[in-house]
Amino acid sequence: MSAIPWIILFTPLAAAAVILFLGRFSKPLSAGLAIGSAAAVCVLSWWLFTRPDPTETIRFYWIDFGEALRIPIGVTIDHLSKVMLVVVTTIATLVFTYSVGYMKTEEGYWRYFAGLSLFLFSMLGIVLADNFVMMFIFWELVGLSSYILIGHYFKKDSAADAAKQAFIVNRIGDFGFMLGILLLWAATGTLVFSELTGRVAEFASNPVYLTVACVLVFCGTVGKSAQMPLHVWLPNSMEGPTPVSSLLHAATMVAAGVYMLARIFPILHAVPVALDVIAWVGGITCFAAALMATQQDDIKRILAYSTISQLGYMVLGVASATSADVPMFHLFTHAFFKCLLFLCAGSVIVGMHHEQNIWKMGALKNKMPFTFLAMVVGSLALSGCPLFSGYYSKDLIIGFAVVKYPFLGWLSVVTAGLTAFYTFRLIFVVFLGKPKDDHAKHAEESPLVMLVPLACLAVPAWVAGYGFVEKMFFHVTEPEHVPHILHPILLVLFAAGVLSAFALYRSAAKDPVSIPFFANRLYIDNLYSWIVRNIQDGGAMVLSWADRWIVDLLVVQVPSKLAWACGFVLRFLQIGNIQAYVFFFGAGAIGLLYFLIMK
Amino acid sequence: MSPLLFLILVPLVAAAFIMVGSNARLTALVGSATNLAFVLILVAFYRQGNGQPYQFVSSLPVIPSMGISLTLGADGLSLLMLLLASLVTVAAVAVAKTPEKNPHLFYASLMFISAGGLGAFASINLFFFYMFHELALIPTFLLIGIWGSGDRQAAAWKATIYLALGSFVLLLGLIGLYLIQPDGMRTFDLPAIIGMADAGLLPEGNWIYLLLLVGFGILVSLFPFHTWAPQAYASAPAPAAMLHAGVLKKFGLYGLIRIAAPIFPDAVVQFSNLLLVMLVGNILYVGYVTISQRKLDWMLGYSSVMHMGYIFLGFAALNPVSLTGASLMLFAHGISIAALFALCGEIRERTGTLDFAELGGLAKPMPAFGLLFGFAAMAAIGLPGFVGFAGEILVFFGSFVAGEPLMGVTAGGKELFQFNNYQIATICALWGVVISAVYMLRAYRRVFFGPLNDRWSGLGEISGPARIAIAVLIVVMLVTGFFPGLLVKLIESSAL
Repeated sequence: MSAIPWIILFTPLAAAAVILFLGRFSKPLSAGLAIGSAAAVCVLSWWLFTRPDPTETIRFYWIDFGEALRIPIGVTIDHLSKVMLVVVTTIATLVFTYSVGYMKTEEGYWRYFAGLSLFLFSMLGIVLADNFVMMFIFWELVGLSSYILIGHYFKKDSAADAAKQAFIVNRIGDFGFMLGILLLWAATGTLVFSELTGRVAEFASNPVYLTVACVLVFCGTVGKSAQMPLHVWLPNSMEGPTPVSSLLHAATMVAAGVYMLARIFPILHAVPVALDVIAWVGGITCFAAALMATQQDDIKRILAYSTISQLGYMVLGVASATSADVPMFHLFTHAFFKCLLFLCAGSVIVGMHHEQNIWKMGALKNKMPFTFLAMVVGSLALSGCPLFSGYYSKDLIIGFAVVKYPFLGWLSVVTAGLTAFYTFRLIFVVFLGKPKDDHAKHAEESPLVMLVPLACLAVPAWVAGYGFVEKMFFHVTEPEHVPHILHPILLVLFAAGVLSAFALYRSAAKDPVSIPFFANRLYIDNLYSWIVRNIQDGGAMVLSWADRWIVDLLVVQVPSKLAWACGFVLRFLQIGNIQAYVFFFGAGAIGLLYFLIMK
Repeated sequence: MSPLLFLILVPLVAAAFIMVGSNARLTALVGSATNLAFVLILVAFYRQGNGQPYQFVSSLPVIPSMGISLTLGADGLSLLMLLLASLVTVAAVAVAKTPEKNPHLFYASLMFISAGGLGAFASINLFFFYMFHELALIPTFLLIGIWGSGDRQAAAWKATIYLALGSFVLLLGLIGLYLIQPDGMRTFDLPAIIGMADAGLLPEGNWIYLLLLVGFGILVSLFPFHTWAPQAYASAPAPAAMLHAGVLKKFGLYGLIRIAAPIFPDAVVQFSNLLLVMLVGNILYVGYVTISQRKLDWMLGYSSVMHMGYIFLGFAALNPVSLTGASLMLFAHGISIAALFALCGEIRERTGTLDFAELGGLAKPMPAFGLLFGFAAMAAIGLPGFVGFAGEILVFFGSFVAGEPLMGVTAGGKELFQFNNYQIATICALWGVVISAVYMLRAYRRVFFGPLNDRWSGLGEISGPARIAIAVLIVVMLVTGFFPGLLVKLIESSAL
């Protein structure tokens, strides 16, 4: 029993290793191993989900210095990790299967499946980790698998740059994360989540310290869950194959940041100022990303900005809700409907022969009816249509936010309207109107291996918010003192978003609205590339020049004079004959060298 | 015969055979492989916690009146360094391309470097500790000066001047260490000197510590004495760069951990601010210089200088956690930089250039090569799973709690929140992790990713001994990275 979590954790790693060595010889072997291991892990996770929490767990000491420092490797099996295990493994199995169809004609087949299996291993490590260092280890490893998978088409400059950017931006977040871990550890002497929770109360007399530590730990989330100002890597990560965008950059990996916050929820709620910071970051991200999404033309980038926006909701939920189950509930429903939306987008992209610009699509409703239906279900869930999953989980977060942080709460209400608008803009432009390109005229529905995962995801995307599902996975309490006007306003905004999108985009051949500020992502990317080019690289160049022409000269010229002076003095020191011996040894060596080189 | 003496003699005998005309490459390979196997046996036979810090001890008096004797002995830390030295030697010989010009001297030089490195790490008499290192430096200069590339003579001369100067300052420090001992007890025997220091028989030795720090510092390319290193590594043939950056350069830090830490702990604390400034120079200043490099070999040379900063931080913090971290990083960095220089040499061999602007897309014609380079690059930037991560994290944890705490303390009802200098240095070092990701991933992207230049479409895949040797280095880093406890346990006994 207690070995099951370890089997769950290491099966995908074993699959990745075998694929690394043998995958190049056989495509079915690569895919079979990856899917087989994911499915096995999925079954075990569901089984684990039905079991009561184990009382004892196995824990190793990875590094042990006794009292000074103990770094354990151990697993936590509780309600939170069990739910997350189920979500991650179920979606992974479906996306792995879908990949067989999507990647059929692509190169680097084994590399792709080895990367996916490595990702699954790393993600499960984050889910199961019972302490900060173990989580950090797997945190970095999901960064690596993301790097490998974004860079799958490494011959394309844009993909190579996006992979690099994703890794580096995540490391910037990890800089703060690690520093926060060090601060928490220095204060409490432990790294284990359950022990930390108990000891934080003792530190209540040091609110500044604890606040700084928690905000720094939150930097990890800002990087991994693409919150502002470190969100720039996520839209660029769409350079990876679409199933990767679906699994890593929408459903699971980017949610790891929210999962981490849920894991340390009791600690965070002892530090009100840190919660305020988290709420503002989440709220602003949620709104700004939605603004950017309204003016994107690439089908995957629209979805990417909507992912950032939804992650913003979850982060805001962490700060405003009374229980970690609230943001986790949205993470749960979002995982299904966002994964579904991306897989639908992948189906469209395959049907369109790898065209991603929505203004070259159009009228795909009849060509790809099944994809269209699935995508409408996903869109209704995303935009918070009543009776679809997103409606329940998102409105819950908005309710809590409006009560605790009125400004941010109402900002997130506006965002809900924007969400409906940009989501249905996508639907209307891609599936209605006239075909705008030859590919759109000849598009065909995708193969069954891709459609079955769509069907499997459409069901939870629809119903995952219903009471019976919610009770199975979560214990959510409704927020109190919510203004009665809130829900009617949300409904009106949803309708307004859909209708305005319908009016504007139903038969538009090109975008009738042009807001360069939104289309250019609020110019944040431009600002960053300016900083990297001018400050980082320019500064580095100046330093490099100084190193060669100033430091080098100073340190070479001065000591070479000094060396002669010392040598001169040395001859007059009569301590014994050792120094003289060594000096002559050195001089002889230099002489020999001179002779050999200059001859 | 003492097992450690055997270890030193094997490469010397191999060198002798090579010089009299046996098959140079084969002899060197057999000699270094024998040594590696032998070190592994020694590690297996090393018994922890039997009260003897040094085992396999043998002593051969040379000048007994001055306390000079060829005393060899190994504890956990020396065994780790011996393992590093013998492993990197095998890899260096395996990837070496037999030159047309005087191949016998080439391989004999490699063997001499190996013997010198092994001798230095196995010596517990400071005189021989120093002499063995000198023995290894001379063939290094020869390798750069004769078989190097680019402006090899300038590089060789610069390295010679720097390293000779470093050795000279170090020598002054060691002589000083000899002279401050009480009259009649003077010796070069390290355990005896440490015994005296523990017994309070040594006077304050600030100047000696500074001489040791600068002397060893120059040898390890401590900022601002680092400018010799990138140029020398860029010019050196791959095996020489591997052996120097991977093994010999570790001598300086090993010396500081071995000599300065136990004998002058007070001086280390007293001058900690000076050292912290210099090591932050290594990490941040050299880190940014690394970012702007336009050639792979220079980039790797600077990155190796930068990484020394972390190890210095582990030394400066002077607690068991940080010193263990520093030791692990010595091992980790030695292997990863050796693998990277080996691969860099292979690229130079194939393309004749290491300029980022000319390379690109090489993962297409050489996928296995790209994979190996990727592993080595990720190991170098401290990715979890590789031993470098364990070393880095121990250094961070150790140094973050060094010094007087200035935060989390409530004084007079008010909360203090201020970082001490060790913590500021740790934060800089943490930022270094971001910097190293920037330069390493950029280099990888420019060399292996992107569109392929037609010039390189016919490049041959890495194969044969080089492929096996680098794969072995990577496997060693992975195994010790998954189970760093093995190494921590090994060096636990070294009284860090």
